[in-house]
Amino acid sequence: MTEAFIFDAVRTPRGKGKSSGALHEVTPINLAVTALSAIRERNQLDTALVDDVVLGCVEPVGEQGADIARVAVLAADYAETTAGVQINRFCASGLEACNMAAAQVMSGQSQAAIGGGVESMSRVPMGSSGGAWASNPEVAFKTYFVPQGISADLIATKYGYSRDDLDAYAVESQKRAASAWKNGHFRRSVVPVRDQSGLTILDHDEYMRPETTMQSLAALEPSFAAQGQNFGFDSVAIQRYPEVERINHVHHAGNSSGIVDGAAAVLIGSREFGERSGLKPRARIRAFASIGSEPTIMLTGPSHSAEKALRIAGMKASDIDLFELNEAFAAVVLRFMEVLGVSHDRMNVNGGAIAMGHPLGATGAMILGTLLDEMERRGAGTGLATLCVGAGMGTATIIERV
Amino acid sequence: MIDYAVDAEGIATITWNMADRSMNVLNDHSIPAFAEKVATAIADKAVKGVIVTSAKPDFIAGADLAMLQQVRDAAAMFERGNAMRRMLRDIEKAGKPFVAAINGTALGGGYEICLACHHRIAADNPKAQIGLPEVLVGLLPGGGGTQRLPRMIGIQKALPLLLEGKKLAPQAALQMGLVDKVVPPDRLLAEARRWLVEEGAKNLVKPWDQRGFRIPGGNPHAPATAPVFVAGNAMLRERTFGNYPAPLAIMACVYEGCLVDIDTGLKIEARHFVRLCTTPEAKNMIRTLFFSMGEANKLARRPKDVPVQKYSRVGILGAGMMGAGIAYVTAQAGIDVVLLDTSLEQAEKGKAYSQGLLDRRVQQKRMSQEERDGVLARIRPTTDFADLAGCELVIEAVFEDRAIKADVTRRAEAMLAPTAIFASNTSTLPISGLAEASARPENFIGLHFFSPVERMQLVEIIRGRQTSDATLARAMDYVKKIRKTPIVVNDSRGFYTSRVFGTYVSEGLAMLGEGVAPALIENAGRMAGMPVGPLALADEVSLELMHRVRRQTMKDLGDAYRPAPGDRVLELMVEKGRIGKKAAKGFYEYPAGEKKRLWPGLAELFPLAGEQPAVAEVIERLMYVQSVETARCIEEKVVTDPREADVGSVLGWGFAPARGGTVSQIHSVGLASFIAGCERLAQKHGGRFAPPKLLREMAARGESFYAI
Repeated sequence: MTEAFIFDAVRTPRGKGKSSGALHEVTPINLAVTALSAIRERNQLDTALVDDVVLGCVEPVGEQGADIARVAVLAADYAETTAGVQINRFCASGLEACNMAAAQVMSGQSQAAIGGGVESMSRVPMGSSGGAWASNPEVAFKTYFVPQGISADLIATKYGYSRDDLDAYAVESQKRAASAWKNGHFRRSVVPVRDQSGLTILDHDEYMRPETTMQSLAALEPSFAAQGQNFGFDSVAIQRYPEVERINHVHHAGNSSGIVDGAAAVLIGSREFGERSGLKPRARIRAFASIGSEPTIMLTGPSHSAEKALRIAGMKASDIDLFELNEAFAAVVLRFMEVLGVSHDRMNVNGGAIAMGHPLGATGAMILGTLLDEMERRGAGTGLATLCVGAGMGTATIIERV
Repeated sequence: MIDYAVDAEGIATITWNMADRSMNVLNDHSIPAFAEKVATAIADKAVKGVIVTSAKPDFIAGADLAMLQQVRDAAAMFERGNAMRRMLRDIEKAGKPFVAAINGTALGGGYEICLACHHRIAADNPKAQIGLPEVLVGLLPGGGGTQRLPRMIGIQKALPLLLEGKKLAPQAALQMGLVDKVVPPDRLLAEARRWLVEEGAKNLVKPWDQRGFRIPGGNPHAPATAPVFVAGNAMLRERTFGNYPAPLAIMACVYEGCLVDIDTGLKIEARHFVRLCTTPEAKNMIRTLFFSMGEANKLARRPKDVPVQKYSRVGILGAGMMGAGIAYVTAQAGIDVVLLDTSLEQAEKGKAYSQGLLDRRVQQKRMSQEERDGVLARIRPTTDFADLAGCELVIEAVFEDRAIKADVTRRAEAMLAPTAIFASNTSTLPISGLAEASARPENFIGLHFFSPVERMQLVEIIRGRQTSDATLARAMDYVKKIRKTPIVVNDSRGFYTSRVFGTYVSEGLAMLGEGVAPALIENAGRMAGMPVGPLALADEVSLELMHRVRRQTMKDLGDAYRPAPGDRVLELMVEKGRIGKKAAKGFYEYPAGEKKRLWPGLAELFPLAGEQPAVAEVIERLMYVQSVETARCIEEKVVTDPREADVGSVLGWGFAPARGGTVSQIHSVGLASFIAGCERLAQKHGGRFAPPKLLREMAARGESFYAI
């Protein structure tokens, strides 16, 4: 099997996902073009060598619709021979895109491919693409559909994480993200979003609240109590988990991931591709996996996908130096660390989506880049990136430095 | 059956008039007959417009449930439905106007005919009911109701009507848009004719057959409608625990069908309808809630040849919770009530209970002040047994203590005519024993009411050893008069309802004692379709009372006492002072102003077992234990009619209606499979699950409790 290597990883900064956010004026296609152009320019890449661009996008309708990956390829002035495909594995789309790009290389069918993702949550809001899962009565019934916030609260309830546990985690995420920015840990990957004249629109993650404390979080109301109690979702969760008496609503805006806009891209290719392009591989993709898990609790997939990827790689969790797990909700991370016995000092060391936000389709590719940068910075050998996924899935990728 | 006439102006009138029935229904005879008249009217060029009406006091009551109950063959049913659907589409696309002149009640398929007409006029008859109540017997409106109603009034307004099976009086139906106009009954046909002549021609094409039609309020994916489904799906599960296929199928019909054109929508509805007709839930609900309950309400068990007893005066001994409730329903039925207690203050308090209920009805505008005054004036509080003179019936609802009961029996009988009936509202003490205090035990009977009396539909009539046929017949006349549903059982400890209901609670307690998580027990109870979990129920009943009844039973039975599996749990709880809801301390704690929650102390008292059962196993135990005890009741001839066991369980303690009751559950699980399940449970959990001989013999002979 051909080995797949990461040659570069870029991301846009994350803008607040609302009309007052800095990136609201930027179309999703331009976010994607920003990332793809950076890959080309930074590496003086002959894009004719790139066989495919795989972009994750969770709401692929409207201006994110109609295969945004191929349209971004054209808009970014890539070679017209480069194909483009948009994929959707909900929140893990960005990482799944990288895995699919890697798979193309590993199978020998592509010499290079870009994995990445894009989501302008301010312009194409969550839920825009509809779907059968929540609304089709028979499907919703059969799958015990609940919104993700209810699932996160169910995890906290079932495994006994208190509001203080979650808030303490969130405060630490903010602290780590602030310190990472201050010390330039994201410098290598973040490419500013600029206008037609080259004026900077955004060059930093604007969602962060480094001043966050336990006291400031304590003032926040639970986000999903009304939904759960007034619209039946708590009952649905309990009917799937009848050992639970009532759902403890402990997640809120401050310990859940932020809604933001952004895009990311990761250049993946074979050793030969590197040689032909004069690029040095930064890491080898060792293994990856996606799994399905119980859809009502929904967000417990990361540990299962990580275990599967570890099994494929012939590794144990203790062999991994650094972890990035998307901070969709604080309970997701706490649960993962508990299941795999991962200490907090190896997990999300530069903060995560609670502090910086979670642009659904792009996050997976963003955290893969963050993981690689940090591995290089501290000389770590191995890293694992993973995300929880809607409808009960998980996706994980293991990389090692070369 | 269906009359047809055309007048000089070319107005055809199709009149439903089924000879052999009190109400028109849709069945294999009437539907083709109606279809034929519809076809004639459409084909006849001389006919300019058509009135559909009825010659009976009501319009059409709906489909014949006996016909639907027979359905087993999906293909045949689908075909039969197609004929009806085509006929209704023919009406819509006839090119001449049809108007429904709704003279009285129009329900289910009856109202669906109205929906296909181009205009609906109802007579202003406040007793008439209009709506689509199919969901109440486990079905859906299969004659286009789930497609035409949302297209006519919008999804948001239509769904609650369809899901709750609401029946509306004509004025309310007008407000909701179910009918277009309400007129005085004597102007109904004239208005129908006027509409046909003056407005018919402008209304020949149904909105959904017009180009560019949009459902009012938007289709299922419109921003205003989408939450109706996303939250509605969850709220439906919250309410039904997934036990009722019908409301889910209705949601599915409206969702899937309103995304496409009407003809495709009707096909979608037809498929869901046919499937529903064959579900055990529909069979169970039709059997128990319609047929068996209908039989009970018609007093099918009443001994013939006994003249109907009229009641003018009823005495009630004890003005506590039960006595006060019985007084209320009796006075409501137009009978004078003598409400007796040991102090006038107590008796007055019992009357005040009625006043509270009546005042609320007046407030809700469901009763006039005069009616309220009339009912209240019928209740006479007293402490004097002499006031019982002239009562045709006396019901005692005093403390569950033999001595007290014997005393009031003797004192009351002294004042009564020799023909008068004396009834005990005991829920636990055998009637034949209580009758020993009576000078005329043949006139002594048990009338077991349920709490709260004004809301609980069932009365369990207990025949003592010496109770006469005449007494039974006359007691049933009283139950009918107060508009309750009677079942008749023979004397035994706990009779039927208390005995079987007790097994549900007891099984819950037993599991707690085994270390099953209390939340799992409680959720399983509700997921099985019971109104509350067994532990919450124990709190409601009062653990102290259960404890006392148990002591009494032990005393009465001596060595014959069969310990209940939850006895130890009960003992421990009462020991700890956790005596139930009244004390705000039971299996639950009851913080003021908040929802009750399981008492955390349970964890210490009943440590969790390392391995927890699957919820399906917990449900099976809670439900099977009731059916197997019912089978024992039938074997011991405590209950003699399976239909009464079913009705009694659903009305008496809220046994899961979708399972049809304690006997229907056995029937729909299948006798062989139920026996096998019981044997498995008996092996694991004890002899209380052992299937009685009756069931084995029935299985061996290939018999079943019901034909369908």
